Amino acid sequence: MIARLAAQNRTVEVVGHGALRNAGRPSAADCVVTTSTLKGVTLYESTELVMSARSGTPLYTIESELAQKGQMLAFEPIDLGPAIGAPAGSLSIGGVFATNICGPRRVQSGSARDHLLGVRAVNGRGELFKSGGRVMKNVTGLDVARGLTGSWGTLAIMTEVTFKVVPLPQSILTLVYTGLPDDLAIELLTTAMGTPYEVSGAVHLPKASAARLQEPSLRGSRDSLTMIRLENFQASIEERKGKLKDALKVYGTPRELDAEASWRLWSEFRTLTVMPYSADTALWRISTSPSKGPEIVAAIQKNLAAVAVYDWSGGLIWLEVPAQADAGAADIRRAVAVRGGHATLIRAAPEVRASVEVFEPMKPELERLTRGIKTAFDPQALFNRGRMYATI
Amino acid sequence: MTSVKLPIPDANVIARRGAINDDLARLIGREALVTDEEGRRAYETDALTAYRRMPLVVALPRTTEDVAKVLRYCHDNNLKVVPRGAGTSLCGGALPAEDAVVVCISKMNRILEVDYANRFARVETGITNLAISARVAERGFFYAPDPSSQLACTLAGNLAMNSGGAHCLKYGVTTHNVLGAKMVLMDGTVVEIGGPYLESSGYDMLSLVIGSEGQLGIITEATVRIIKTAEGARPMMLGFSAPETAGECVAAIIAAGIIPVAIEYMDRPAIEVCEAYARAGYPLDVEALLIVEVEGSDAEIESLLAKIAAIAARFNPKRVEISADADHSARIWAGRKAAFGAIGRLSDYYCMDGTIPLGQLPYVLSRISQICAEHGLKAANIFHAGDGNLHPLILYDANKPEEAEKAEAAGAAILSLCVEVGGCLTGEHGVGIEKRDLMVAQFSATDLVVQMRIKSVFDPAWRLNSAKVFPLEASESLRSDTIARSPEAA
Repeated sequence: MIARLAAQNRTVEVVGHGALRNAGRPSAADCVVTTSTLKGVTLYESTELVMSARSGTPLYTIESELAQKGQMLAFEPIDLGPAIGAPAGSLSIGGVFATNICGPRRVQSGSARDHLLGVRAVNGRGELFKSGGRVMKNVTGLDVARGLTGSWGTLAIMTEVTFKVVPLPQSILTLVYTGLPDDLAIELLTTAMGTPYEVSGAVHLPKASAARLQEPSLRGSRDSLTMIRLENFQASIEERKGKLKDALKVYGTPRELDAEASWRLWSEFRTLTVMPYSADTALWRISTSPSKGPEIVAAIQKNLAAVAVYDWSGGLIWLEVPAQADAGAADIRRAVAVRGGHATLIRAAPEVRASVEVFEPMKPELERLTRGIKTAFDPQALFNRGRMYATI
Repeated sequence: MTSVKLPIPDANVIARRGAINDDLARLIGREALVTDEEGRRAYETDALTAYRRMPLVVALPRTTEDVAKVLRYCHDNNLKVVPRGAGTSLCGGALPAEDAVVVCISKMNRILEVDYANRFARVETGITNLAISARVAERGFFYAPDPSSQLACTLAGNLAMNSGGAHCLKYGVTTHNVLGAKMVLMDGTVVEIGGPYLESSGYDMLSLVIGSEGQLGIITEATVRIIKTAEGARPMMLGFSAPETAGECVAAIIAAGIIPVAIEYMDRPAIEVCEAYARAGYPLDVEALLIVEVEGSDAEIESLLAKIAAIAARFNPKRVEISADADHSARIWAGRKAAFGAIGRLSDYYCMDGTIPLGQLPYVLSRISQICAEHGLKAANIFHAGDGNLHPLILYDANKPEEAEKAEAAGAAILSLCVEVGGCLTGEHGVGIEKRDLMVAQFSATDLVVQMRIKSVFDPAWRLNSAKVFPLEASESLRSDTIARSPEAA
């Protein structure tokens, strides 16, 4: 089919179930190709920690099959739908890998990209190819499979993905510190990440975003909340909890959330309930060194009324700013550029996403390679043209 | 083992050697070049020693700018380049060519920045793998990938090969532990990818570059993750009377939700040789031995090892032995770590590196014995059971050329078998020249073209580490050289 479209030089919008259509630059295409009919788990070997699924398989199908065998996706994929005005639950497994947007556990366990083992895909020339496989260790040839992650459907349409899965933790516990300013909170979180206790979530919610939490035990908080998650077998959690509290005692005495409350709390970040959809605001995602996070947010807040959520011990910032012509791009990019990192505009009106750079602008030498890679896969620029960069 | 075809060196280039040396000396200084025959001989091979080629000249740059100058010069003068770290590649990844400039990164070995709060180190890539961990050990951190050659191998080589190690079941391989890279392209352009943060923007260039075996560029600086070392670690040994039971036991451990930091498998020939060499206390009455290691505090370790022992008990083990103390742990690991050396004292061997799905282990092991027997050879098997990476060591006598040929043929059959059961040709050693022509067993013509187009984006004239990784027939129209069977085989 793609070969035929290529012969007709018709541009294609690549979609799954539509969860991500409101993200990225708006892409006007001659037709839509959907993977939503490519459904089903094609291989699941729980004792080998591997699963393959057709790319249009809904994420919830994957996760419920895994849960039946006491397993999960380690990287907690984020369903952006609710934050960008699409219904929750419409994210497909292909979309997970095409965007590589991961939740809190990413700081400990790695990203979707890190767990991808193999793909089957069709490029813009209509060629069906595979890369990688179903085994954990594989250095045979170039790692094209991982190279497709985060390419937002601009290089190839994945038809099947194979990925590593992990056991569900036997128990969870959360330590919640209250009232810390951003810089101290990030210091706490980076200190926690520098211990051997395998902290699997390190999130800081300043006052404004903390107030939005739905978890009953924390609802209506008037203070900032700084949260650390431990996941392991029960005896280990008990031991590590004590050691962590000891290592972090200068930051105060934390509240403890049990497994049930912890599960509810950390699930909220999977749909970004603290960053709900609104036409009055724009949403950014900033990646930086954790220690730089508070500085970046403070610099932006000098000019914009921004609400932040710090994940990955400060290395990932979700930032909500008032909707305006450039969605705050000038201020945000300047604040990030001088401190290192990059910013992606996740939510804004289509005309805003069409006029500002949604992804971090590239230096010329990297742009040259990016253009070359695009051409290698999709020489006529049929797939999601302009979705990531206006001219690519 | 000399059957791999290599390009015929370009006599015109060799004739220009003196002038090329002078030009390079003007660019990066005479002291940064190895031009004499004796000096160059040290670079004529890597750890796949059956193949030797005298390099045209060896450049030992000390800065990224110097690497860029050399590559730009080679680009402008149509010279081929072979990147090199410490030369520990087992697949001929760093094999030189008579008409190619070897760019050896080993003098660039400084640590540029260590940031414990943000958990990264920025280093020049000529640094050895172990030197990174040694530097950050003062604060209890380490760099996770730990290939067996870690004392000698450079980070540059690890990046090129996407190296793994014994602990990658828990910590991942190189590609999981690198955040950023500064890379010099063949035309001398310097590109920065990623940085000291978990995700870089745009296409995932790091994924394409890591494991590209020197096909895309030379990485001169890298930002790597450093991790806090676990409070403690301790192994246990589990001996079984059949490979199937050992495989089932591994599956049951994982099914119970336990991911040990390492699960190593040895078959009887490997056990016998290692025990004779290292006196590790391995049981000699078992067909399969597992070494399972877990990490944590003392209490966590006790609890996990007890759980694993309880799981193992379901499979009627002939031996269950939990390490009692640090000495005991060291002894248990000493045998496994000495395996390659121990087997090497007994016989020449050809080390294979396939990966297979765990469930296929019993079938693959029996087929390996069968394949070796058909070639009149024997094999010992070492297996990273947690991640499916299998190292059959085919034993042969290097003084008998026909045995060497047979070992190579048996090796090829074993790797094809790995692919056939759903695995791959190489789990951590790389393709290089050794497995180059077997790539067609795993990849279709289209799969290979998709990869080769990426190579062409970074290195349009195919001057960088040419005639490796991609089968010669597949890359023929893209390369400019002529291929001959290597003279050794003639």
